[in-house]
Amino acid sequence: MDTSVKKAHYASHRRNKIIKNTAIYIFLVIISVIWLVPFLYMLLQSFSGHYEFDSVIPSTWSIHAYEFLFTSNEYQFWKWWLNTFAIACVTAVVQTLLTLMTSYALSRLRFKMRKAIMQFMLIIGMFPSFLGMVIIYYILRLLNMESSIYSLILIYIGGSAMNYYISKGFFDTIPRSLDEAAMIDGANKNTVFFRIIMPLSKPIVVYTLLMAFTGPWGDFMTASFYAQGVPDNFNVAVGIQNIMNPGGGTLNIANIPTFCAAGVLTAIPIMVLFFCLQRYYVEGVTGGAVKG
Amino acid sequence: MTTIEYLSMSNFERFCYSFVEIFKRLPSRVAMGCSRLPSRFRRLLGKISAPAVDVYNAAKYGDWRTRLSFILMGFGLFTRRQITRGVMYLVYEVFFIAFMFLVGGNALAGLGTLGQLGSVIITVGAVDATIVYDDSLTILIYSIITIVLILILAVFYVAQLRDSLRLQRSAYIGHFASDRETLRNLLDKSYHRTLLTIPLAGVTIFTVIPVIIMVLIAFTNYNSNHLPPATLVDWVGFANFASLFSAGGASNNSLMVSIFGQVLAWTLVWAVFATFTNYFLGMIVAMIINTKGIRLKKMWRTILITTIAVPSFISLMLMSMMLNQNFGVINGILGSKIPWLTNPWLAKVTIIVVNMWIGIPYTMLICTGLLMNIPADLYESAKIDGAGPFKTYMRITLPYMLFVTTPYLISNFVGNINNFNVIYLLSGGNPLMTFAPGTVVPQQAATVGSTDLLITWIYKMCLTTGFKDYALASVVGLLVFVVVAFFSLVVFNNSKSVKNEEDYQ
Repeated sequence: MDTSVKKAHYASHRRNKIIKNTAIYIFLVIISVIWLVPFLYMLLQSFSGHYEFDSVIPSTWSIHAYEFLFTSNEYQFWKWWLNTFAIACVTAVVQTLLTLMTSYALSRLRFKMRKAIMQFMLIIGMFPSFLGMVIIYYILRLLNMESSIYSLILIYIGGSAMNYYISKGFFDTIPRSLDEAAMIDGANKNTVFFRIIMPLSKPIVVYTLLMAFTGPWGDFMTASFYAQGVPDNFNVAVGIQNIMNPGGGTLNIANIPTFCAAGVLTAIPIMVLFFCLQRYYVEGVTGGAVKG
Repeated sequence: MTTIEYLSMSNFERFCYSFVEIFKRLPSRVAMGCSRLPSRFRRLLGKISAPAVDVYNAAKYGDWRTRLSFILMGFGLFTRRQITRGVMYLVYEVFFIAFMFLVGGNALAGLGTLGQLGSVIITVGAVDATIVYDDSLTILIYSIITIVLILILAVFYVAQLRDSLRLQRSAYIGHFASDRETLRNLLDKSYHRTLLTIPLAGVTIFTVIPVIIMVLIAFTNYNSNHLPPATLVDWVGFANFASLFSAGGASNNSLMVSIFGQVLAWTLVWAVFATFTNYFLGMIVAMIINTKGIRLKKMWRTILITTIAVPSFISLMLMSMMLNQNFGVINGILGSKIPWLTNPWLAKVTIIVVNMWIGIPYTMLICTGLLMNIPADLYESAKIDGAGPFKTYMRITLPYMLFVTTPYLISNFVGNINNFNVIYLLSGGNPLMTFAPGTVVPQQAATVGSTDLLITWIYKMCLTTGFKDYALASVVGLLVFVVVAFFSLVVFNNSKSVKNEEDYQ
């Protein structure tokens, strides 16, 4: 009798487990669809002949949108793309260097004013950054440097110290005894930074580089203000917004395939980069954003 | 009351007890604070007077080289073999004097009035020539830069006197400094200076100085009617604050304050919802993917991570296009005309939901790693004690996650208050707010919409409205800043993961 009860018990247990797992799989499939379909839709629409708002799959196929982006005089998409790429490359290198320098100093060196500097940067970072931009624009105009991509680079680089938080969290988790051991062997702090901490911090270096590189691609607020409506100075975000809602007005329906094509062309390089570096990204986020 | 008595109370009684206790202890706390005041004051005084003491010592005990450094900065250093540092101090002094003569002096003198005479149009024959005398904003910017330069000069001045005296004294005992020592210090003892100088200079130039100027602009009348260099800008004191808060200040009584209140309320509601929906749902998704026995874990995660990889402005514009009331594909398939982004209430819900679509993968990613860190034996013992999944979550998972992620939550909250992209690219702040017919709407609020956050309202005030009011925009910005800074400082300083900064080292 005992064994049969046990058997029935196990059977019901297993059945429960199967039901539970099936529910989970169904849930996962549903959210995957929710998360992927919009992007598939964008990809499909970029190959559509003309926009139809009542079907997901276009009825006519063409590569007109891509052709248009390559050859059009109306939208200098490639100019925008290259602008953004140049800005992103310079920003990525310099910003990473400055951010890591700051966060290393704030994490591992002990000096007067350390806490004060940290709190100060935290507080000043909460000021709505757009207001500061109005003033920087005016200052750059005094120097005849306004509305060019150089000013954008300067601005992105200028604030890099304020991103210290995540990489500082990462540096905080590296044991201090490593520093001490190196110091006893006669290393100075510079050597410790470059020879000991840096090789251990590959995830956070790659993470900071990735963030600094992708930041300028998604920036709309600063870029739109500094471009001042001059198409030569647009970055991708401002340019694409201009394709979609010219003049900040309503949706331009005729341009939807063009928008989708531009979106695909912008998203693909970043996605490729992202998936190549995914491992570092995950390590950086989980190791630095929160200490655990 | 003894500990046993306290423990025997119910939760509610404990809460009441500690609430009453706070007030009981208040007098003694205040007294304690007051009794510490003199010593704190003395310490503060000591800190402030330290530079003065340095200067006094240099004057009293210094030899002729140190004393000459009072006039020629760095003299005591480069005559004592620290040539590089000494010359740098001297160069800064020369630069400072030149700057003061050329720009700074005039700018500082004009700071009180922000210029006497704006631009004047003179007709010479048939040609109009515009001559700009004073440009208020330039005066303001240059005077702030001058003040910063003066502060730097003060610090350098005291530092070089102190160092000169130090070198003089170490020369007595036969130790001579050199440039090589400076270099060695830069890589070791004062390595923090080497690392921090350039980044902090960047922050000062591109953040601190603009913020100071913007705060000052809140007290001027810098708007479309007073646009330098054509017209002068003036100090107006608290008039901008008054026009925002008091009846009859702006063109309409108390309308401005009600608009401000509405925008502020939506900003806070948005920030709370956006932060916590993402946080909890992201955590739940992570837990579901982490469930034992689920296969292809990596694939499910990668699918979600796709959203992080696509630049968010593309996802947002895509969503805004798909949700368009008349031409969007979602209404097209449903065959309906649901005003996703054009009805004031539905638009708010839509924005929060779309933000979940964008934000959940990120939280999921963060939570996945953390959830695996929770020791499995905790869950096993909870199971043996008969705790269900809900209780396990409330008593084990959530407290642990909250403990670790408080700083992340705060920075997320602040980021959401200033989240420009989601609102501007999704709805543009629209639909516009509607007012009772016949109301005279102040020009500054002419384009404010019901999904506008404070930051997008500021953007509109500075950029897209016909009447640009930079002064009022900076008043609003200042108020946002005060609220956010106060809130997050309190939480930050009380969170355990900030207090125990060195726990993990």
